[in-house]
Amino acid sequence: MASLRGLVPDTSPAPTVLQISVWRRVKDMMATAFAVSTVVIVLTPLVAIFGYLVYKGIGSVNLAFLTQIPKPPGELGGGMANAIGGSVLILAIASLLGVPLGIGAGIYLSEYGRNRFGDTIRFVSDVLNGVPSIVIGIVAYAIVVLRQKHFSALAGGVALSIMMVPTITRTTEEMLLLVPNALREAAYGLGVSRWRTTLSIVLRTATSGIITGVMLAFARVAGETAPLLFTAFGNQYWNWKLDQPTAALPLQIFTYAISPYDDWHRQAWAGALVLIVLIVSAVSAVRYVVRRGTLGGVA
Amino acid sequence: MGVGIQVENVNAWYGKSQALHDINLKVEANHATALIGPSGCGKSTFIRCLNRMHETTPDARVEGRVKIGDLDAYNGTSPTQLRRRIGMVFQKPNPFPTMSIYDNVAAGLKLNGYRDKKNLDEIVEGSLKSSALWEEVKDSIHKKSGASLSGGQQQRLCIARALAVAPEVLLMDEPCSALDPISTGKIEELIFELKAQYTIVIVTHNMQQAARVAEYTGFFLLGRLIEYDKTEKIFTNPSDKRTEDYITGRFG
Repeated sequence: MASLRGLVPDTSPAPTVLQISVWRRVKDMMATAFAVSTVVIVLTPLVAIFGYLVYKGIGSVNLAFLTQIPKPPGELGGGMANAIGGSVLILAIASLLGVPLGIGAGIYLSEYGRNRFGDTIRFVSDVLNGVPSIVIGIVAYAIVVLRQKHFSALAGGVALSIMMVPTITRTTEEMLLLVPNALREAAYGLGVSRWRTTLSIVLRTATSGIITGVMLAFARVAGETAPLLFTAFGNQYWNWKLDQPTAALPLQIFTYAISPYDDWHRQAWAGALVLIVLIVSAVSAVRYVVRRGTLGGVA
Repeated sequence: MGVGIQVENVNAWYGKSQALHDINLKVEANHATALIGPSGCGKSTFIRCLNRMHETTPDARVEGRVKIGDLDAYNGTSPTQLRRRIGMVFQKPNPFPTMSIYDNVAAGLKLNGYRDKKNLDEIVEGSLKSSALWEEVKDSIHKKSGASLSGGQQQRLCIARALAVAPEVLLMDEPCSALDPISTGKIEELIFELKAQYTIVIVTHNMQQAARVAEYTGFFLLGRLIEYDKTEKIFTNPSDKRTEDYITGRFG
């Protein structure tokens, strides 16, 4: 009879299962409750900050705010259009410099960097990630501003790009290492050269992960103020020239927030709200485009 | 058309440990040759030496002579040149997940700079037909990702991908070990048809499979080629005691 166990339906009651399951269910509930509460704790500040920003800022976000440049102190009205434009310019420069460098270094580390030189780069990159942003600003000041003899959008972009590189490098490396070796071998097996395999197979498979890293770095530097203080410097007027001082949203928010004028305080709140909305929409737009561009499978 | 393979005194290492000892072997053109033996005996390493895939492993090294047709694999030939003439199918199906079925099959040509769109369409269709997958996927070759197929279909996709570059030799490293019996049956039928045009070397753990598909069988043990002969001879009247012990299930 014993040999038939499992083959014939077992109709006898199983009391022990019920007894165990009470304690198991309690444990299950505790684990679930713990997981849910951590999510709530993590999300609370985010929701609170965004909610408070909307509450304080939405009233001052209007057409004038988005299209006009600041009015002289004491006068009401005006806007941050030039700062929004300046931020876009500086971030474009930073991304243009930082993204290719970071991704390139990440490719090197993942595909060729299994040696002491690679370890050194990894270490330096992690250290760079921990350098205070104001120090990065000083570096950009030294290598760009002192040479050009004046503050500029370029200097601001350089400072922010230096901050982007280590994050992008390390996430690119991590994402490329996640690509199964079987895919590299499949390409090698077809007679595809190593660099082509890296570009067309490995990089393409890891695209969405790399984009996440890039967006993380982008979002982080988009709100940076300290590195811009003595690089982009700020400007009360429009500027689209690379070699001129340029307004930026974080700088403008900083200036307005520490000013003695109530109207400027309101505008600072509005600026902060606009900044967050801009970052979120930029990140979502890029994600949407990337997700549409790559075929199913890896998302 | 397939070409023969001639292997002389091949030794291979992973770091300091030697995985292959003095392998000598002649593979007949347009036939299937099976390599059997217990796990870790060097069969996979051996076929990875044929298309110079072995050396992509860090610290791996090969010595000896391999001739694919009249091409000297380790002398005056670049790995990419060599691999364009040798298709490889791996143990686990490995379609490119970001590519459509079409792009998977066309990958070998496209990534090597082939651009003739019309010709490409024909090659893709032909390859999918050769690998007996065309009927199942023809309506969705552009829409579906290679990774969305079932395991058996994925493996046939990988075979189509290998065939698309018109190789002379097809190396198969346990192509059925991750598949169910029905898919395995399909792949075996495929091997049967393909060997009219290609030289096939197949590594397998399944001795019945070797007996079914291959005219020649080699038995590997501890990095040495113990016996290599007609499949019939190996399975009915092996000349080495160790071969007999293995195929009768006395070890391994």
